[in-house]
Amino acid sequence: MNAATHERLARLLVGAAAAITIALLVTVVMGVAAPGAAHITPSFLFTSPRSMGREGGIAAPLAATVLLLGVALAVAAPVGIGTAIWLTEYLRQRWLVAFITFATESLAGVPSIVFGLFGFAVFVLRFRMGWSVWSGGLTLALMILPTIVRTAQEALRAVPPGYREGALALGATRWQALTRMLLPAAWPGIATGMILSVGRAVGETAAVLLTAGSALGMPRHLGDPARSLAVHLYILAAEGISLEKAYATGTVLIILIVLVNALANRLARPPRAGKERWPWSRRPSSNSKKSKSVTMTCRPSPASRSAFRARR
Amino acid sequence: MTALIGPSGCGKSTLLRSLNRMNELIEGASTRGTIRLDGRDIHDPDMDPVQLRKTVGMVFQRPNPFPMSVYGNVAFGPRIHGVRGRSALEETVERSLRAAGLWDEVRNRLHRSALDLSGGQQQRLVIARLLAVEPEVLLMDEPASSLDPISTARLEELIGELRRAYTVVIVTHNLQQAARVSDFTAFLLQGELIEFDRTSTLFTNASDRRTEDYITGRFG
Repeated sequence: MNAATHERLARLLVGAAAAITIALLVTVVMGVAAPGAAHITPSFLFTSPRSMGREGGIAAPLAATVLLLGVALAVAAPVGIGTAIWLTEYLRQRWLVAFITFATESLAGVPSIVFGLFGFAVFVLRFRMGWSVWSGGLTLALMILPTIVRTAQEALRAVPPGYREGALALGATRWQALTRMLLPAAWPGIATGMILSVGRAVGETAAVLLTAGSALGMPRHLGDPARSLAVHLYILAAEGISLEKAYATGTVLIILIVLVNALANRLARPPRAGKERWPWSRRPSSNSKKSKSVTMTCRPSPASRSAFRARR
Repeated sequence: MTALIGPSGCGKSTLLRSLNRMNELIEGASTRGTIRLDGRDIHDPDMDPVQLRKTVGMVFQRPNPFPMSVYGNVAFGPRIHGVRGRSALEETVERSLRAAGLWDEVRNRLHRSALDLSGGQQQRLVIARLLAVEPEVLLMDEPASSLDPISTARLEELIGELRRAYTVVIVTHNLQQAARVSDFTAFLLQGELIEFDRTSTLFTNASDRRTEDYITGRFG
């Protein structure tokens, strides 16, 4: 076989592999979305399930999912980012950093049902929180914490040492260097990690079933039991309640994940001109109309446009 | 203005970094000896290293503008030292950029990323950022080493102006540069100070054989 044939064959093989992947993905997504999409109507999204989910919509599971994720992120994000800061900026013992990093990585790979079991034993039973949004949210927090720590750690490490030194050489305290220089610079990476871990938590079924329960009602407060979308889908399908509704719920889950990933992509972009501090904070205003228009004429990408709007 | 010269690895940068206690940030670094600023030991227990670094500013080998706008870079220092209010900040930013000879080049792009500037502009921006915190001493660690000849010439011109108002200590590999811009020169070799004298004396009439060898290009 000569070199050219060899090359052509190699291209053909990897091309075929790619084609198989794409075909499978399309089949799976279409397989769920085709029977599901037709049922996604405003009333499906905004009414709660009736008769075990055979009738009605998914308002309650949707709300429950949002609450569970809110609790999980509210707990895991500050703790995880704090841990990452401690590991990269404060802890001097290299071996300890390496050990904790290894432990965190291993923890990130532990099957979620193990976290579920822990949450069930500790939150639901030991702390008598019962099946509730609290128990489920805290369990999800434990589950996503290692991922948040690791991604934030990597994002902070990727900040060039010159930025740190530069800030300190201007007489910044370590805290100022951290809050005004490092965290904003590492923010895209940190945010991406958080969002991707949310993506993982959205689909979590077994651990949530074990800790938040499967009550169909709309949770009125965080102490109420709740059924997440993934759990709802599982029960609809496993108990043969309504395959139609299961497909529709699955489609909603797919859409959610796509939205979450799109958001992550957006945040992962390198910082653009004029992103002074936190993405959501007001920018210092420029002094005249003139320089504002100048800002606009230079490459008005969506990001800089929204930054511009935020400045107003 | 003092220039520190010597072959690579002779401890010029380390000496420079000792002057604003930047070495302390490196793991396992230890210090001996005394450094005085206006008669005060900088390792005095009630000398705050953060305050010291505000007074003794530093420019690094590679330009390190922060990933923010030009304005944000220059305003960074004043902001962390508590300057609030738009007009005060804007005034400081303009004054510092003018002092660094960069104002005319960036006045219309203050809110664009500092990373889009050229290397030479970035280094002058870093100097402007430094001037904005009103230091008394400027430490420069081979500030021109990553710049092209034209940018280097502009930077040298700037340094020549800054020496009138500030005490400057500069590390350089470029002997002509040292001879041109500095009043005093120190020659270091393998971590030791070999000779320290007026630049004119050291370059024309070195008292140590090794200094003379280095200056005339016999080694290093």
